Amino acid sequence: MTQKIVIADDEPNLVIPLEYMLKREGYEVTIARDGQEALDAIARVRPQLVLLDVMMPRKSGFDVCQALRADEANRELRILLLTAKGRDDDVAKGLALGADAYVIKPFSPKELVAKVRELLEGAA
Amino acid sequence: MTMGDRVAVLVVLALAVLALAAWGARHLHRRFVQAPARLLEQAQAALAGDVDCQIVAAGSLQTQGLARVINDLVAARACLRQDIAHKVQEASRSIEQERSRLAALMSELTQSVVVCNLDGRILLYNQQARLAFRALSGAPAVAGGAELIGLGRSVYAVFDPQVVAHALDNVRERMRRGSANPSTQFVTATPAGQLLRVTLAPVRGASADEGLTGFVLMQDNITRQFEDESRRDQHLHALTESTRGSLGSLQAAVEALDYPDVDGEMRERLLRVIRDEVGAMGQRVRAVGAATAEGLKTRWPLEDMLGADVVHAALRHIESAGGLRAAAAEVDASLWLKVDSFSLLQALTSLACRLHEELGVDRVELRLGVAGPERAHLDLIWPGQALNTETAMGWELDAMRRGSEKLPLSVRDVVARHGGEFWLERERARHLAFFRFRLPLAAAQDDAAVTEVGAHRPEFYDFDLFQTSPASRELDERALAEITYTVFDTETTGLDPSAGDEIIQIGATRIVNGRLLRHENFEQLVNAQRSIPETAIAIHGIRPETLVGQPSIREVLPAFHAFAQDTVLVAHNAAFDMRFLQLKENETGVRFEQPVLDTLLLSAWLHPHQESHALEAIAQRLGVEASGRHAALRDALVTAEVFLKLVPLLADKGVRTLAQARDAARSTYYARLKY
Repeated sequence: MTQKIVIADDEPNLVIPLEYMLKREGYEVTIARDGQEALDAIARVRPQLVLLDVMMPRKSGFDVCQALRADEANRELRILLLTAKGRDDDVAKGLALGADAYVIKPFSPKELVAKVRELLEGAA
Repeated sequence: MTMGDRVAVLVVLALAVLALAAWGARHLHRRFVQAPARLLEQAQAALAGDVDCQIVAAGSLQTQGLARVINDLVAARACLRQDIAHKVQEASRSIEQERSRLAALMSELTQSVVVCNLDGRILLYNQQARLAFRALSGAPAVAGGAELIGLGRSVYAVFDPQVVAHALDNVRERMRRGSANPSTQFVTATPAGQLLRVTLAPVRGASADEGLTGFVLMQDNITRQFEDESRRDQHLHALTESTRGSLGSLQAAVEALDYPDVDGEMRERLLRVIRDEVGAMGQRVRAVGAATAEGLKTRWPLEDMLGADVVHAALRHIESAGGLRAAAAEVDASLWLKVDSFSLLQALTSLACRLHEELGVDRVELRLGVAGPERAHLDLIWPGQALNTETAMGWELDAMRRGSEKLPLSVRDVVARHGGEFWLERERARHLAFFRFRLPLAAAQDDAAVTEVGAHRPEFYDFDLFQTSPASRELDERALAEITYTVFDTETTGLDPSAGDEIIQIGATRIVNGRLLRHENFEQLVNAQRSIPETAIAIHGIRPETLVGQPSIREVLPAFHAFAQDTVLVAHNAAFDMRFLQLKENETGVRFEQPVLDTLLLSAWLHPHQESHALEAIAQRLGVEASGRHAALRDALVTAEVFLKLVPLLADKGVRTLAQARDAARSTYYARLKY
C-alpha cells in the first residue's frame, strides 16, 4: 500500500523540491499551505505522516500539532516538525505537544527523506 | 485716785496693750503672711515669664533665704536657657549644612532621584527628576508638567502603585535574607507611554528593627534606547529568518537537481526556485538597512532574580488572591531567572484564579527546575482534572485579570516578554496537569555577602522626612499648619462669568508643611477666544494678541486640576475665582471638589474693625511685599504669604483646624450678608 504524507508549509519554493523528492521515493504527497488547510487535508487523506512547518498562517504548527493529538483518531499519525527558528524553545514545546521528531531549517532534504522513512518504518 | 481715774488708767492701759498687740500682729502678718504671699506671686511670675527678673528679699530670715534661692534658680535657668539656645543654633547650623550638602550632591547627579515615604509621598527630588517627570506629563505644553512632581505629591501619579508595592515586597524579602544589595529594578510604562527603568532602593529607619521607612527611586527613561534596540533586533531577526528560509529552499532545489533522471519540466521548475531565492536574498540584503520590520516579539528588559524568590513571591501572591492554597514542590534553589517578575506573577496568579473559579481547584503547587544551559521550567501544577487544550489556549490568549479588573496583557504577552514559551502538559501517571513556563536563566550571582543592616546608611539623611502623618485623620480635623495647599489666582476678561467673561490666566503655587514652595508653581495663559475690554487690560495688562497660540481652557483646566490634586485650595476672594472654575465644569469635565479657604474672609474674621480687606491692604498690614501690576502667579504668591501670616494669628484666637477655619470664614460671610 502506498504511504501517504501531507506537507504543510507556506513556502512554495521549499515545497516544490520536497514534493518532488518524496514522490520519487514512492510516497503519495498532498500539499497544504496553512494550518487550517493542513487539518482539513489530514482529515480527508488520513496520511501516515505530516511534515508540519511551525510558522504558518492561520494556525501555527504548534496549534495544529495540539489539535491533532487531542483527537484519538490520530494516534498512529507521525508528526515531523519543520522549524525555521532553530530555537530550542520551539523544539521543547513541539515535543511536549506530541510531535515525534523535528528538523531545523535549513536542512538537507536527503536527510529529511531519510528521517521520514525511519519514522514510517518505525510505525510499520 | 478716784474710781473714775482708775477706770480711765485701765482703759488707757488696755488700749495701749491692744495697740501693741495690733502692731505686733501687723508686724507678724507682714513678715509671715504677706511676705511669703508676695514671694509666691513673684516666684510664679518668674516661673511663667520669660523675663529673668530679680525677686526682692523681704519678710522673715527664712523667707528672705527662700527668695535668694529662687533668684539663684532663676539665674541658673537663664544660664541653661542660653546654653540650650546656643546648642540648638549649633545643631540647626549643622543640619542646614547637611541639607545643603545633600541638595548639592543630588543636583550633581545625572540620574533622576526621587525620595518617598511609604505612602509614596515625594519628600525630596532633584532637578533631573523634575525634567524627567516633565517629559512624562500628559500635557507637557501646559505649565510644563508641573502637576506631576512636587514635595508631598504622590509618586503614584506616574507609577502604578501595584508595581511599586511589588518592588517593595522584593526589597523586603532581600532585606530579610540579609542581602548586601536589597534594591530592585523594574521596567514600567507610564500613562504617557514612556518606558522607564527604575531602581528602587530602601530607606531604612534609624534603628535596625524599624525596617523600611521609605524608598528612593532612580529612573532612566529607556524608551528611546529600547525602541532603537528593538528595531535593530527586528532587522537582524528578519534577515536571519528569511535567509534561513531561502537557504532551505536553495538546498532542497540543488539536491533535487542532483538526481540524474530529473525531467526537463521539473528541471526548469527547480531552476526557477533557485533564481527566485537568489534574487530575493539580494533584495533583502539591500533593503535591510532601511527596512522597518514589524510583528516581532519585543524583548522586554528583564531583571535578574533568584528563582526561589520568584516562587516565594508567587505563592504569596496566589494565596492572597484568595480561595486557594499554594505550596512549593521541587524548587531548584540555585537558579537565577531573567524575568519581569511583576508581569510573571500576574500571569501565575491569573491562571491559578481561573483554575480555582472554573475547575474548582483549591490547591496548586509551583515547581522550578533547570532545562538546559539557558532555560528553566516554572510549572503551575494542580491535581486531578485536566484542561482541554482549546480551553488552555483560550486562557493563554485572554486578557489576564486581577480580581475583577482586566489587565492589558495576556499570558502569551508575558511569555513573549521573556522570549520564552508556554504550554499545557499532563502527568497521567500522577494524575497531575500543569502549565509550563519556559523562561530564560540568568547567570548565577554572588548575593551571599551579608552586610550589617544600617552600616551604609548615609549620615546626611537626618531629616524627619519619613514621619508619615496619619492619613486616616480626617482633613477637617487636621491642623492648618500641616495641610498641603494650592494657592491660586485667576485673571479674567471681566467680573461676570455668567455674562460671558472668561479666564485668561491661572497662576498657582504650593504650601507644604507650612513652607511656601515658590518654584513649584503653575502659570499659564489661556486663549479665551473673545475680546478683552480695555478696562480689564488696564488691570492685568494682558492684550488679546498675547493669547494667540495659547491653549484653551479645555486643556488648561485639567492640568490645573491635576496640579491641585489632594490639596486644599486657597484664594483671595475665592468665591469669584471658584465661580469661573465651576462654570467650566461641564465643558472641561473636571470638578474642583476639595475644600476652599478664602484669605479675604479669614482676614475679615480676624480683624473685623479694619476698613479694607483688599489683598494689598492685608499684605501691608501683615508686612508682605505686594507691589506691581496684577498677574495671576504674583497675586497667588502674595496670597500665599498672607495666608502663612494669618495661620499663627488664627491659632492665637483658637482657630487651628481646617474645620474651625471654615466655620470662622462662614460666620463672617453670613455677618456680611446681614449688613
